[in-house]
Amino acid sequence: MDTTLLVTQVLNGLQLGLLLFLVASGLTLVFGILDFVNLAHGSLYMLGAFICASLTFATGNYLIAILISLPLIGLAGYLVERFVARHLYERDHLDHVLGTFGLILVIDTLVHIFWGPQGIAIPLPQWLDGQVMLPGGIEVPTFRLLIIGTGLAAAGGLFWVVNMTRLGMLIRAGASNRTMVGALGIDIQALFALVFALGAVLAGLAGMLIAPITEASIGMGNNIIITAFVVIIVGGIGSVKGAFISALLIGLIDTLGRSFLDDVFKLVMSSDAAETSAPAVSAMLIYIIMAVVLAIRPQGLFPPKVR
Amino acid sequence: MTGFGKPGLPVVVVVALLAVLPTWFHFNGDAFYLDLATRLVILGIAAVSLNLILGYGGLVSFGHAAYLGIGAYCVGIPAHHALYGGLDAIATNSGWFQIPLAVAVSALFALVTGAICLRTKGVHFIMITMAFAQMVYYFFVSIDEYGADDGLVIDTRSELGLIDFDNPLQLYFFCLGSLVVAMALVHMIVNSRFGMVLQGAKGNNDRMVSLGYNTYLYRLVAYVISGAMCGFAGALLGNFTTFISPEMMDWSHSGELMFMVILGGASTAVGPILGSAAFIIIEEVLSRFTIYWHLPFGLMLLAVVLFARGGFSGIIDRLRGRKLLPGEG
Repeated sequence: MDTTLLVTQVLNGLQLGLLLFLVASGLTLVFGILDFVNLAHGSLYMLGAFICASLTFATGNYLIAILISLPLIGLAGYLVERFVARHLYERDHLDHVLGTFGLILVIDTLVHIFWGPQGIAIPLPQWLDGQVMLPGGIEVPTFRLLIIGTGLAAAGGLFWVVNMTRLGMLIRAGASNRTMVGALGIDIQALFALVFALGAVLAGLAGMLIAPITEASIGMGNNIIITAFVVIIVGGIGSVKGAFISALLIGLIDTLGRSFLDDVFKLVMSSDAAETSAPAVSAMLIYIIMAVVLAIRPQGLFPPKVR
Repeated sequence: MTGFGKPGLPVVVVVALLAVLPTWFHFNGDAFYLDLATRLVILGIAAVSLNLILGYGGLVSFGHAAYLGIGAYCVGIPAHHALYGGLDAIATNSGWFQIPLAVAVSALFALVTGAICLRTKGVHFIMITMAFAQMVYYFFVSIDEYGADDGLVIDTRSELGLIDFDNPLQLYFFCLGSLVVAMALVHMIVNSRFGMVLQGAKGNNDRMVSLGYNTYLYRLVAYVISGAMCGFAGALLGNFTTFISPEMMDWSHSGELMFMVILGGASTAVGPILGSAAFIIIEEVLSRFTIYWHLPFGLMLLAVVLFARGGFSGIIDRLRGRKLLPGEG
C-alpha cells in the first residue's frame, strides 16, 4: 500500500469522524437527556452552512462569518425546541419521528425559497487555501488540518463543559434522572432549551466547516443525520464519550473502506470479483457494523451509566 | 378465528369509490386521474402492510420503502436480463416468476433483518430498520449493471397471460383487487388468535411473555408477512412506473409511508387507504400551486402530530362521538 495515500485517507477519515462527532454529540445529548429523537438535527447542520455562506459573502471574511453564525444557529435550535420539540417530549418516539420529519420538510423548503435550489460554495481566505508539508514529505490541505483542529477543540470544550462545569453536572444529572433534577429545584425547561441550543451550535459548526469543501446544499443534512444516528447507536445513546469514539471509528472505517477494501478483498478472491463487490460492501460497511453491534450489544458499545 | 367478519362501512365506501371514479375518468379520456389512482392504490397496499406491524404490532419500522424497492428490482432485474442476456436462471419477463420472486426475496430480507431488529426496541428499532433500508439503498447505488444512481428502465412489463399490464385499466384493477385482498388478509390476521397476541404484545409485552407467549416469534412472523406484502406492492410499482431507482428507497419515502398510516389512523382497516389518498391528493394539489409544496405539507404533518392525534379515522370517530380506547388515541 502507498503510504502517502494511507496518511491522506487517515486524515480524511479523522476529519469525517470529527464532523460526525459535532453532529452526533448534540443528537446524543438531546436524546440522552430529553429522550427525544430529533431527525431535524441535520437541518440545523445545513442551516449553519447556508447562514455562514451568506455571511461570508456579506462580510468578506469566513472566520468572522462563523463567529456571527454560531449564535444565530443556537437561536434556531432554541426556536425548534420552543415551538416543536417541547410539545413532543411526553409523546412516543413515533410522534417525534413524524414531527421532526415534517420539520425537515419545512426547513428544507424554506432554505430552498431563501437561497434557491443551487448549492453555494464558500470561498476560503488565501492563507487557508494552500497545502501544508507534513514531515515525511506528505502534502495535506491546510483547511483540512483546520477542520481537524477545530473538531478536536470543540470536542475538548464539550468534554470540559460536560465533565467539569456546573452546567455539565446538571446535564449529566438530567441524563440519568430528569425528574429528580427537576425536584431539586432546577429549571429543567431552561436546561432542556440550553442543551438543544448547544447541540444546534455544534451541528451548525460542522456544517460551516464542511461547506467550503462540499458547498452548502439542500440535501446535505439528510445525508449526515443518518450516519450520525449510526454513530450514536453504535456508541451508546446518551454517551458523549461513546459518540466521540464511535464517530472516529465510523469516520475512519467509512473512508478507509472506500479506498482500501478492494485491496483487502483481492487477497481472498479474484481481482474481478473484488472490483465488483468492494464498492457495494464499502458503501454498506457502517450499516453492517451497526447491525453487528446491535445484534451483540443492543445498548451500544459505551452506554452511559444510568439510574 | 373470526374469519372475514363484516368489512365495515368505511371500507366498502372507499373500495366502491376506488372502483367507480377512476373507471369513469378513464372513459372520459382523462388518463391522468387513472394514473393517480393507480399510484394511490399501490401505495395503499404498502401502507396496509406497514399498518400490520406499525398500527397493530406497535413496531415502528422506518425502512419500509426498502421493500418497495426490492419488489420493483425483482421485476426490473429479470426483465433487464431477458432483454440484454446474462444470468439465464432469472432472465424472464414472466410475471408468474417475477412477482413470486419479489414476495420471496422481500420475505427473506424481512426474516433476516427482522431477526436482528426485533432484538432491539424503541428508538433502536426505528433506527436499525432504517439502517437496513439504507443498506439496500447503497447496495443498489453501487451496482453499475443495474444503472446505479440513475436507476433502471423496465422495458417490458410483467407478462401474466390473461391480464395485460400495458393496459392501464387492467393494471389498475389488478392493483385494486390486490389491495382488497391485502386488506382482507390483514383483517383476518388481526382478528385471529395470532393477531390478538400481536396486539397484546403492543399493549404490554411483559404481560404476554409471562402468559407464555413467545412474542418475539409472533412479531417476527408479522414482520415477514408485512415485508412480503410490501414487496408485492413494489413489484406492482415497478410495473406501473416502468422505472426503478435507488431513490425510491430513500428514508424520506419510508417516512411518507409512516405518515400515510398515521394520518389515516393507525390500527384501523381503512386508515392506510385514507392516508395514502390524502398523501397523493396533497402532493398533487399542492405541487400544482407551488414548487414549494413540501412547505405546507411539512406544516400539515407537524399540525397532525401536534394537534390531531389518531389521524383522519380518529377525527371521524370523534365526530361520531365514539370514545377511543386507551392507547388508541
